[in-house]
Amino acid sequence: MRILACVKRVPAPGAKIILTPDGQDIDAALLGFTVSPHEECAVEEAVRIVEREGGSVTVMTLGPPEAEEQLRSAVAVGADSGVLLSTDDPDWDPVSTAKALAAAVAEMEAGAGRPFDLILFGNESADSCGYQVGIRTARMLDRPIVNGIKGIDAGEGSVTLRRETPSGSEVYRLPLPAVVGVKEGINLPRYPTLKGRMAARRASIERMEPAAGSSGQSKVMLATPPAAGSTVDILGEGAEAAPAVVDVMEGLGLL
Amino acid sequence: MSVFLYMVEHDRGRIEETALGGLTGARLLAEAMGARLQAAVIGEGAEAVAGEIDPYGPEEIHLVRHPMLTDYGPDAWADSLVQLAASVDAAAVMADGTDRGNEVMAQLGARMDLAMVANCLEIEADGAGDGGDWLMTRVRWGGSLHERARLSAPTKLVTLAPHSTEAAPAPRPGGGRVSMFTPSLDESALTTMVLDRVTVSEGITLATAPVVVSGGRGVGSVEGFTILEELADLLGGAVGCSRVVTNNGWKNHKFQVGQTGTVVAPDLYIACGISGAIQHWVGMMNAKNVLAINIDPDAPMVTKADWAVIADLHEVVPAITAEVTRRRGLARETG
Repeated sequence: MRILACVKRVPAPGAKIILTPDGQDIDAALLGFTVSPHEECAVEEAVRIVEREGGSVTVMTLGPPEAEEQLRSAVAVGADSGVLLSTDDPDWDPVSTAKALAAAVAEMEAGAGRPFDLILFGNESADSCGYQVGIRTARMLDRPIVNGIKGIDAGEGSVTLRRETPSGSEVYRLPLPAVVGVKEGINLPRYPTLKGRMAARRASIERMEPAAGSSGQSKVMLATPPAAGSTVDILGEGAEAAPAVVDVMEGLGLL
Repeated sequence: MSVFLYMVEHDRGRIEETALGGLTGARLLAEAMGARLQAAVIGEGAEAVAGEIDPYGPEEIHLVRHPMLTDYGPDAWADSLVQLAASVDAAAVMADGTDRGNEVMAQLGARMDLAMVANCLEIEADGAGDGGDWLMTRVRWGGSLHERARLSAPTKLVTLAPHSTEAAPAPRPGGGRVSMFTPSLDESALTTMVLDRVTVSEGITLATAPVVVSGGRGVGSVEGFTILEELADLLGGAVGCSRVVTNNGWKNHKFQVGQTGTVVAPDLYIACGISGAIQHWVGMMNAKNVLAINIDPDAPMVTKADWAVIADLHEVVPAITAEVTRRRGLARETG
């Protein structure tokens, strides 16, 4: 199976998000960067399917030149190659992003002479939370997609998918080629091995120039929501605090 | 007067818990912008849902029926909604920012080649008149960051952040009009329909438990969760965990509370050994009460909690369990 996993480079904030003074972006000067969590699982799932069924995993991202780091980290855990749609503009709206990804997929598939059997996205990115780039890309490629998937069973010519609901799960089956939006929990991503890290260092990253556009959605500015303003009541230190804790529970009617 | 169309989310006639709040938000928005609110209920069970939503004031309820619409499918639902939106000449189409709501609306955006702004908290028109830009506050980072956004599009497509408006009935004298709409659907839309279902009955689920006893890095191991499970059982609650715990393999992902896990809103959230990173905080920030147990008095979870105990959770959690048991025993003796 030829699988493409699409990922996004996002900052890894700790307990608080700090904005730049102009409110246009997160102040990432002191932050590390990572692959958005759902997409980390998309890469892992692609690698697992290929380990079982054979084939190859390509990882693609649209982002700044530094996003090469995230592509290499995907190679370190088993992807075969990376494609970077390199841009210095941080504000790509979902429509333009999907158009650029779909164009790159079309170009790669024309080069290979056949489509990717499966394209994996994350359900939504951790930072902008738009819930749509995968769906739009699939539609542009005229392929079926179901989002929110927590189980993939790759069969002959189709994939059987599982999506969780509050009461259990729904089952979908898509003919290949197909696109799937996955959610964290579908697997537990592995850590890179030493061999993987070395492969990542050597891996060649293909670069493409995405064509920017606009769609009618634009960011005005970012703001951190007002804090709840509660002050903490310290009930005590050590096990001696247990009666005070149970007083609180009693007060809430939980006993 | 322009028409705003709100898609009511339901599962074969069982209305989603977010829908009445979403419908209320959509109605308030339509009123503020001088538009008429109409509701779309797609597929099997639509009639039952129509009766439930009528008191919330839609001017008209469209029952979208077709022999193919026996279950949920993003393509079949989006195809139906696109056609209904065209037939009522909708100036805006809305749904809730849930798995299904976002999925259908993204499909709608893809079909209409229009922007779709997800998870809006507040929306206002930028200037008077129909067809002008909208300015909105939307959710990023699962709710720990807000974005002010502008939407300029001939048809506005948005999802409303779940629970951003409290459900408030506003019945119309005589009720809303109920009408039937039959879309024209292609067989290909069946590709993404739900094929089968697996039902799991779990008793108390993490999402709905009144008390959640949650563990983080401080729990330290798989075995460390035993004392949390004992306390949760005693209180009729559920056990949760942070992402670190899942990544370490101490707990299955289904226990994870957070942006990429389960979002909870219990009466009491007990955070044991959880530092309070954003990823976790946005999953439990709607808890009515938060108790933090942590050895670090400066941990963000401690400073943001209602109550805190500065202690090693391995000592204090069993002590709490013992105290609950003791008081219940006393209550039984005296009662």
